[in-house]
Amino acid sequence: MKPIKTTVFALTLAAATFAAQAERVQIAVAANFTAPMKEIAEAFAQDSGHEVEAAFGSSGKFYAQIQNGAPFEILLAADAQTPAKLAEEGLALAETAFTYAKGTLVLWSKDAERIQDGPETLRAGQFRKLAIANPRLAPYGAAAMETLEHFNLVETLEPRLVKGDNIAQTYQFAATGNAELGFVALSQVYRDGALVEGSAWTVPADFHGPIQQDAILLKRGSDNAAARALLDYLKGETAREIIRRFGYTI
Amino acid sequence: MGFSDADLQAIWLTLRLASLVTVLLLLIGTPIAWWLARTRSAWKGPVGALVALPLVLPPTVLGFYLLLAMGPNGPVGQLTESLGLGLLPFTFWGLVVASVFYSMPFVVQPIQNAIEALGERPLEAAATLRAGPWDRFLTVVVPLARPGFLTAAILGFAHTVGEFGVVLMIGGNIPGETRVVSVQIYDYVEAMDYGQAHWLAASLVIFSFLVLLVLYSLNHRQALR
Amino acid sequence: MPSQRIIARFHHTYPDFSLDVDLDLPGRGVTALFGHSGSGKTTLLRLIAGLQHTPQGFLSVNGEIWQEGARLLPTHRRPLGYVFQEASLFAHLSARGNLEYGMRRVARGKAMDRAALDQAIALLGIGHLLERRPHQLSGGERQRVAIARALALQPRLLLMDEPLAALDLARKQEILPYLERLHDELEIPVLYVSHSPDEVARLADTVVMLERGRVMAQGAVGELLTRLDLRLARAHDASAILDGRVRDHDPRYRLTRIDTPAGTLRLAQIERAPGERVWLRIQARDLSLALDEPGTSSIVNILPARVLALEPLEEAQLLVKLGAGADQATPLLAHITRYSADRLGLVEGQELFAQIKAVALME
Repeated sequence: MKPIKTTVFALTLAAATFAAQAERVQIAVAANFTAPMKEIAEAFAQDSGHEVEAAFGSSGKFYAQIQNGAPFEILLAADAQTPAKLAEEGLALAETAFTYAKGTLVLWSKDAERIQDGPETLRAGQFRKLAIANPRLAPYGAAAMETLEHFNLVETLEPRLVKGDNIAQTYQFAATGNAELGFVALSQVYRDGALVEGSAWTVPADFHGPIQQDAILLKRGSDNAAARALLDYLKGETAREIIRRFGYTI
Repeated sequence: MGFSDADLQAIWLTLRLASLVTVLLLLIGTPIAWWLARTRSAWKGPVGALVALPLVLPPTVLGFYLLLAMGPNGPVGQLTESLGLGLLPFTFWGLVVASVFYSMPFVVQPIQNAIEALGERPLEAAATLRAGPWDRFLTVVVPLARPGFLTAAILGFAHTVGEFGVVLMIGGNIPGETRVVSVQIYDYVEAMDYGQAHWLAASLVIFSFLVLLVLYSLNHRQALR
Repeated sequence: MPSQRIIARFHHTYPDFSLDVDLDLPGRGVTALFGHSGSGKTTLLRLIAGLQHTPQGFLSVNGEIWQEGARLLPTHRRPLGYVFQEASLFAHLSARGNLEYGMRRVARGKAMDRAALDQAIALLGIGHLLERRPHQLSGGERQRVAIARALALQPRLLLMDEPLAALDLARKQEILPYLERLHDELEIPVLYVSHSPDEVARLADTVVMLERGRVMAQGAVGELLTRLDLRLARAHDASAILDGRVRDHDPRYRLTRIDTPAGTLRLAQIERAPGERVWLRIQARDLSLALDEPGTSSIVNILPARVLALEPLEEAQLLVKLGAGADQATPLLAHITRYSADRLGLVEGQELFAQIKAVALME
């Protein structure tokens, strides 16, 4: 009987020691970055022993929640404005902000035949609906509008635009075929260097302003070493490789 | 500050949607409630559960399936296209159809309860007094179950006004067509324009409160009688 | 000229009981459908009203066919009046609104039959209640309005499903006189469901006894309630019912004399006017028998009678059916011991004297 008792005691002790070293980080992540973040969190946990607890949602909602005391320590936003605004209001540490990923806008259709030449497809107008993210809310939406402006198509296509309230919903409109075309994020239709399905045209980066996704350390996380460690990890090669694999650039 | 033109447009659209949906729900929901209240069929359970489903389902689930069903590859979408009506998502009529599904239990259940509470007897009495089936419904069921119908209409209307998740899923945020008040509020919040959001949100709170106030005082008066 | 009869044939098996009736009832007067709960009497009445259906059946009322096989006339096309156990007035209408609801539909857009309405109102004495809502009426008043509502339609058949059962004794007393007036004044046939022998005796001309969905017997009231072959008569409270009229009062002894087909009986004085119709009930165990006319006895009512039949009950008991009155045919029942019967040497046809220890006035 005795040896077993000793073992149990030893295990308990070990667990207690480990818990004292391993920290938890609570982070808020833009919905479009859900898949890469899950992989990064796993890699980070393995390399550092720290645990990441992530909430996924829209940057606007996180902004409202952080303002009202939500317990997040890091924000990985879908834009650059939200972190900047939080820093301005003293809710985040301005000097910690950095761009962790840059989005790529694509014109995408579920139909593999539809997009041979992107600009031509847009000009020809052989479609009923074009889904874009709400330009007031989502950087991808703003970029999509700028692209349409570039081609001088805003007025022609305005009546056919349907707006998703975020980029995930925009993708949904196009993926269910309710809109034949959609300006979505490359990360949504791209995996490991190839298009998952349908047809797409990658919008050249100079047709619109950059789709910059910034991360920032929130005030609540300023004393958490693990939070700072995660921010550093995001800048490292392991994370960057994952980020690129999901269709972002950096 | 006050309502912007876009707000007014959203309010007008919302009222139009809710009124139309309420009328349709009373027309569609009453026979369903009637059947549910009186049938002894084995289908009563499944049909009742189906009608009540929107009570427990997240609106996004309902919205997602409606988006699939009404899309070009869905059965409803193929039907509407073959009828020359085009596709329903991103249209006012798409919202109408979705809202009818979504608010159905709020209309069916009060009417069903009222008819169940009525029982067979008044209808039998009316039949022995020479009233045919329609006559019985209009001159006995409707007046006696009036509080139930009133509750149903008010709840159906209010619930459609407050609907958000489904609209977000199938609406596409088109001004004057699918951008209702709740979506407008959401956009303001997401865009961090809290001032405008407050205006609309507070109006919605006051509206909802008044609706419920009317409902409860009507029920109270009924109970006193 | 179609037959003035009500013919009803229903055979149907329900999950919990089966109905099997084949009735030929008089097309006028009050017929009571009598039996315990579960005997099928209410089901039968509802089938006749068309409120319930059997897949097969036949029903004709005074020559008019209401059901033949599976073809049936819906309830609202049957020229009937129906009174439920609970008044079942429409809560959203005044008493007048309730009365006029059916009349309007009978009139089909033409003028209502005001005379029929006034007659129904007068018959049930509800003239002062017309503007009230059902919830402002007492239970008895509600039931009177419900009866008037059915009568005002001038139906060709009046169906009443235990209209008094939901009322307390005082309310029953309030309504019974109105029902008796119906009996005396109505030309149309009435089917009256009841499980109360008193009500049946007071109101009905004909009785149909039902048990477990079957007709046990059918006949005139006085005869049926005393028939020996019926379970009712064998029951502990077997009794004879006598239809009588008040002859006079004797204030000196505070007695009332009542003429019945069995003879004149004396009762402790009752508040009824001479000539008024009353029902008397004589329980079998209140009757004793004597071979010779008792010269001196404290028993007030002694009638000559003849033994019609002897029916053994349990081991030591007998039920004796007697015929009294001028024709020695008005039935009376006596419950006596076998010992007494043997001592008296009772045989059928024997003449003797019935000593009646108690007579009850049926309210």
